[in-house]
Amino acid sequence: MKKEGKEQLWKDYQKEIADDRYFYVRSCVRQNFFPGSETAFLKILQEELGKDVYEHPCHTTCTGIGYHADVVPFDTAMTVVARQFAIMTESGYHNLVPSCITSFGLYTEILETWKHFPEVEARVREYLYKATKRDFRVPENLAHASDVIYKFRSEIAAKGKFRLVHHETGRPLKVVEHIGCHYAKMFPDKGVGGAEYPYVLTGMIEEWGGEVVDYPERRHCCGFGFRQYLVQANRGYSMSCSHKKFESMEPYAPDLILTNCPGCPMFLDRWQYAISEMEGKTYGGDGQGIPVFTYEELAGLVLGYNPWDLGLQMHQVACEPVLDKMGIPYDAAAKYLDKHGHSLGQPLQPQKLKV
Amino acid sequence: MGALYDKLMQDVRFVEGLKACINCGTCTAICPAASFYRYDPRSVTDIVQTRDEAAIEALLKGEEIWYCGECMSCKTRCPRGNTPGLIICALRSLSQDLGYFTESEKGRQQLAVKRTVGQWILDHGYCLYLEGVGTDLHPEQGSVWDWIQQNWHAVFERMGANYQGEGPGILRKIPEETLDEIRKIFEVSGGMDRFSSIEKHSEMKAREMGLAFDGTNDCEYFSHVYKTNKKDHQQ
Repeated sequence: MKKEGKEQLWKDYQKEIADDRYFYVRSCVRQNFFPGSETAFLKILQEELGKDVYEHPCHTTCTGIGYHADVVPFDTAMTVVARQFAIMTESGYHNLVPSCITSFGLYTEILETWKHFPEVEARVREYLYKATKRDFRVPENLAHASDVIYKFRSEIAAKGKFRLVHHETGRPLKVVEHIGCHYAKMFPDKGVGGAEYPYVLTGMIEEWGGEVVDYPERRHCCGFGFRQYLVQANRGYSMSCSHKKFESMEPYAPDLILTNCPGCPMFLDRWQYAISEMEGKTYGGDGQGIPVFTYEELAGLVLGYNPWDLGLQMHQVACEPVLDKMGIPYDAAAKYLDKHGHSLGQPLQPQKLKV
Repeated sequence: MGALYDKLMQDVRFVEGLKACINCGTCTAICPAASFYRYDPRSVTDIVQTRDEAAIEALLKGEEIWYCGECMSCKTRCPRGNTPGLIICALRSLSQDLGYFTESEKGRQQLAVKRTVGQWILDHGYCLYLEGVGTDLHPEQGSVWDWIQQNWHAVFERMGANYQGEGPGILRKIPEETLDEIRKIFEVSGGMDRFSSIEKHSEMKAREMGLAFDGTNDCEYFSHVYKTNKKDHQQ
């Protein structure tokens, strides 16, 4: 194949990511479970890279979890999202950066729907005006927060103090990546690498020195399933999906799991604990679990941020084995301190999982 | 055409989701729900394609449409551009609008979702509002979640959050004027109607089942729909 043809072919798997002036909208899940990740994202973008990132205090949930659990109608979800577009427009920004894959998928679904059904967009504009007297322009660029970190992965590596390699042996750390279903399965051309060659996390891992592990259930859902986790009677669905992935990745002995969506790291972290309590099974070495990270946490570690500023103490599976392998110094005694240095006690030890 | 099929055709997700199913079963092969539940997205797609009103009504009143996790893996793999996951979205919406959802154990669970996620959206502006939601309801969250709950404000302050504070930041207090806008959006766009339909039909079903029903999450019916698992849903 000629080089030009090949380049054209791969263009289908690339996406345009704005390089500055971002309107940032937060994630309901990430704020509750991985708040340090959102703090780290803003620090990396604003302080390390000098980017203009604006957060409007009056933005809200996109309703995505309620929409995909089917209690929020599509028209309502679209109108709430239209309100986000309106306050972005009023603020003078054009590049929308959501911190959540469910949000990113919903925004994408809405924009694609409006392309195919302009009468739906007109109806939503009427709803929004009737409810809020607001109007909006659609974003010129929509990129998930991980797309932005991906875009600047080389700059992060250049500023980095640590790499994804074993500091004693030089061995690249083996990383399982999990991109989250709604990033590119619904609209493949909106994600870096599409649904077939998702590269948003792989690009970071390779740039920062790690080795990506391929395994049979790499693209299987983490098991959120919205109503399948939210309702207690259904949680076996959620757990069984994560279990399928752990069993599939275990023979490859990954050093860590890197995630894209805010929900996936919570499930992949907590279900390891629950499986250990129920079955006595652990998936890391020596009774430990496989540490699970958000991409902001991993970028922060590469940049040398304090692990406890990143919020690694909020994980159920201990992250210290990865810090030790990367040669990152940390103060174990400071793990459970508050902002002022006072002790907050510490979590009880699980029965099986070593933490 | 039949009344139910016509109603489904009014949902753009149904129009986008159903092209022409060739019954190849690729969606079922890739589907996480099909590997866990007695769920077959191929047959759901085939049923709506036949436009058989009785069969569609049975879907709307049955368990199967509630098994999907809406991961949309089927969207990627269908060789004919169907999206069974979007068909499910349309079926679930219609089931709730018609009150059919209370005819199935899994459908009845919508009350629990409405009263948690739905209410958090209206009251706080977030899909999740988790201070006080502990390991009694979520034992899988582990001892670290107990620790977080016991030290909620201090942990979030340590993470740089602006918990319930004015201005921007993590878990900030969403201003009352903003919440008013969100509630107004729900009123004009059908969100409140959906919530009312879920409450009304749940109350009717609770009466029929002889279970106590009130507006709290402690009532007998809420607890029943949230926890009941007849264990005949699996493969």
